[in-house]
Order: sequence, then C-alpha cells, then structure tokens
Amino acid sequence: MSAVLYDVPGPRARARNMILNVVVVVVLLAAVAWIVYRLNDTGQFQSRRWAQFQYKSIQEQLLTGLLNTLKAAGLAAVLAFLFAAVFAAARISDHKWVRVPATFVVELFRAIPVLILMFFFYYGNLQFHLGLGPFWAVVFGLTLYNGSVLAEIFRAGISAVPKGQREAAYATGLRKNQVVRLILLPQAIRAMLPAIVSQLVVLLKDTALGFIITYNELLYVAKQMGGRLEFGFPYIPTYMVVAVVYIGLCSLLSILARYLEGRTRRSRKIAPGTDVPPAAPLSDGFSREGNAFPDLGGKDSN
Amino acid sequence: MLSVLTDNWELFRDGFWTTIKLFVVSGLLSLVLGTVLAGFRVSPVPALRAIGTGYVNILRNTPLTLVFAFLVFGAPKMGIELPSYFWSAIVALTVYTSAFVCEVVRSGINTVSPGQSEAARAVGMTFLQVLGIVVLPQAFRAIQPPLMSVMIALLKNTTIAAGFSVLEAGAIPAAIAERGENQMLTLVWITIGFLILIIPLVFLQRWAERRTAVAA
Repeated sequence: MSAVLYDVPGPRARARNMILNVVVVVVLLAAVAWIVYRLNDTGQFQSRRWAQFQYKSIQEQLLTGLLNTLKAAGLAAVLAFLFAAVFAAARISDHKWVRVPATFVVELFRAIPVLILMFFFYYGNLQFHLGLGPFWAVVFGLTLYNGSVLAEIFRAGISAVPKGQREAAYATGLRKNQVVRLILLPQAIRAMLPAIVSQLVVLLKDTALGFIITYNELLYVAKQMGGRLEFGFPYIPTYMVVAVVYIGLCSLLSILARYLEGRTRRSRKIAPGTDVPPAAPLSDGFSREGNAFPDLGGKDSN
Repeated sequence: MLSVLTDNWELFRDGFWTTIKLFVVSGLLSLVLGTVLAGFRVSPVPALRAIGTGYVNILRNTPLTLVFAFLVFGAPKMGIELPSYFWSAIVALTVYTSAFVCEVVRSGINTVSPGQSEAARAVGMTFLQVLGIVVLPQAFRAIQPPLMSVMIALLKNTTIAAGFSVLEAGAIPAAIAERGENQMLTLVWITIGFLILIIPLVFLQRWAERRTAVAA
C-alpha cells in the first residue's frame, strides 16, 4: 500500500534514493559507533562487569527471576481469561441489572493504571495483614486490568459475527445460551485470536511493574545484580541481558499474533465450494476492503 | 474519608500536576517522533524503512519499566546524564509511546484512498509533499480514536515514573505512607483523580469515533 505514495523510481530517483540510503546507513553506523564508544569509554565491556554471569548462584538467581515473571504472567493470564469470560457474558446479558454493573466494573478497571491496581493489593495487604505477598498483588492487578480488556475483546468479537449467523441459530430453535456458546463464540474467538495474543504481550510486559512493588521478578533481580559494588555496578551489562530475554519472549508472542492474523485473513480466500464459514471481519475500523458479500470467498484478489 | 485528601492536599495537587506535565510533554513529543517514524516506515529509502520497523518491533516488545530502569540506572553509567528524573521519565515515556503512535499513524496512512496519493503524484508532488499535504492530514482524521487510546495508555503509564523517583500521582501512596494515613483511602482518591483525567479523553474519543463513523 505504501508504494502508492511514490512513483516507480526512474534513474534519477534511484540515484537519489541510493545516496539517501548511504547517508542514512552512515548516520546510523555513526550513532552505533558513538554508543559503543561511550560504553567502551566507561568500561562497560570490561570483563569484571560481566564476570558475575559466570557464577552458578547468580545464573540461578536470574533463572528464578525469569520463572517468577513467567509464573505471575501465566497465572494472571488464566485468571484474566476467567474474569473476561464471566464479564463478557454479563455484558451481553439480556438483563439490565446484570449488564449495567458488569459494564461499570469493566470500564472502571480499564481506566485505572495497572500500577495503582497493584498498589491496592500491595498496601491492602500491609494494612489489613492479609498474608498476600507482592506476587499476588502483581497477579491480581494484572488479572483485573487484562481481564477487563479481554472482556471487551470477547464482546467485540461476538458482536462482529455476521448477524445472519445469530438469526439462523435462533431460527433453528436454539436458546440464547446455545447460540452464544455453539455459534457465536467459536467464530468470535477465531477472529479475535490475534487481539487476544497481543493482549498477552501486554500482560507479560506489565509483570515488570512487579519491580516497583518489590516482587522478585526478572527486572528486580537485574536491579540487585546491577547494584553490586564488587563488580563495578554492572547495570548496563545486566540490563542488556534482561532486555534480550524480555524482547525475545514478547517478540515470540507478537510473531504468533501476526501469524494468526495472517491465517484468519487467508482463510477468507478459501476456494469457492468448500462450505467453511468466512471469518468475521476484524472490527479495527481500518479494514477498508470490507467484503459486502463475505460468502463469495475466493474472489478477493489481494 | 475526605480528610485524607484535605490534610494532604498539597501532595495530591503537586502529584497530579506532575502527572499532567509528564502526560502533555511526552504526549506531544511522542506524536512528533511517532509521525516521523511512520514517515520512515513508508518512505522510498530502504534504510529508513528498516530503522522504523526495527524501532517499532523492539520498543513495542520491551516493558516500559525496563526502559525507565535503563535510563535511570544504566544511562548514567555510560556517561549519559539527563538533567533530572523528570526528564528521564519524559524520555522513557516518549521513546516507548512513539512506537505505538507510529503504528497507529501508519495504519491511518493505509486508510487513505490510493486515488488521493495517485492524484497528488500526477500533479507532480514529491514524496514529502504527498505525505505531508495530502495523505497525513486525511490519515489524522481517521486515526483520532485509536490515537486517543494510545494517549490514554500514556496517561496511565506515567504512574510508572513513581518507581523512579518522580513525585507524580503514582508516588503519592509511598509519600503518604510515612504520615500514617489510611492507604486504601489514598488509593481511592488517586483512582478518582485518574478518572477525572481520563473521562474527558474517553468522551473526546467517542465524539471523534462518531464523527468519523458518519464520514465513512
């Protein structure tokens, strides 16, 4: 699409782009060189600053931090799904007395910063002696926020399923429960899977907030490692290592989300004749090629 | 209930004022940086496209807390000192948010009908003119709602600065803890403060959504 913004380059434009390209690469290399120079100049590559990664106890400490991060993310993800399932169901309820409070709860938790949600459990624990450590503050904070966002994703997915599906299901005599469970949800989850996985990236990233409320996760461990005088305060080496871990984990999830998105888009182009229902269009507001006749799958050219 | 707020009024006032300053300054900066990055991502120069893509992919997959920690604890160790923790927070929030702004702007560029840029090219405009005069103004109209979501996320993310010695709204509980006040009530007031800040943004977003929905 972006190729529409400029013409196919002729000889002069090609030469100009080539020059620009070289200039940009030179500037980029200069910036990288400057950073490396600064790192080297301040002794960040000295072996004493990297030495602690060789110690087994410190490797174990890092691993514990990583496991704690994954533990909090995993548990929060499961709880958030449960929360989302309940509140999404409540939000599409026919009863006003169920729908209104659920809407209120979901909107409220989406508006409060996650860190403040964690503070509620963290300080609540200190004040009322509930015996819940920072781990639970992280998990509950993440659950409430991501659960609310997921509830909205579920709801949007269900309402994006073409109306005919619902009408046909009611026409065959299914009850509302069955319509939602058997007809709408399977199609909605397929359409919403990329958004759900993207939300898991957010959840995983937000576990790093545990650092602020003294939960012993990866970033917290990194701070302790960086603060060691005997290794010359190796903040930069440890943050480099930790950044690689975080970016690696999140990138894997992001790639999965993109792959799923590509798959849902492709499945719309199944050869005519196979009676697989077309996936609902993503309601991101941007899909301009909104197919007026989704049943005519296979006619898409792009 | 009310005494927690009135007795510590100056703390709440200063805290939320810092939050607003963080939000406005880093919001404007990330709008600029994000738009420039989006321009990089659709430009005819491959190296610029690579920079844009690399930046977005790395920053979107990094926890904001890590960006903060690197700037506050790491950067001074390599001789990069920012004037204050406040400015470290501004840089961290800007660097992180502009990756999200970039993605929103880029998707907005894709919504502009190809005929528009074809017509602009036909009258002899250069890439920068096509983008700046014809495509971006139309793109910005379409992306107001998602852009507002990014800004709301930014407003909430300013609380992370509390963990890095910036006295904004998120730091109020820690500051008040020493005074022996009821922490739960403090948090309730902070929540109310954030709701007061966010609700106008949400209404602005709904309004923009309705306006664009009619146009489409």
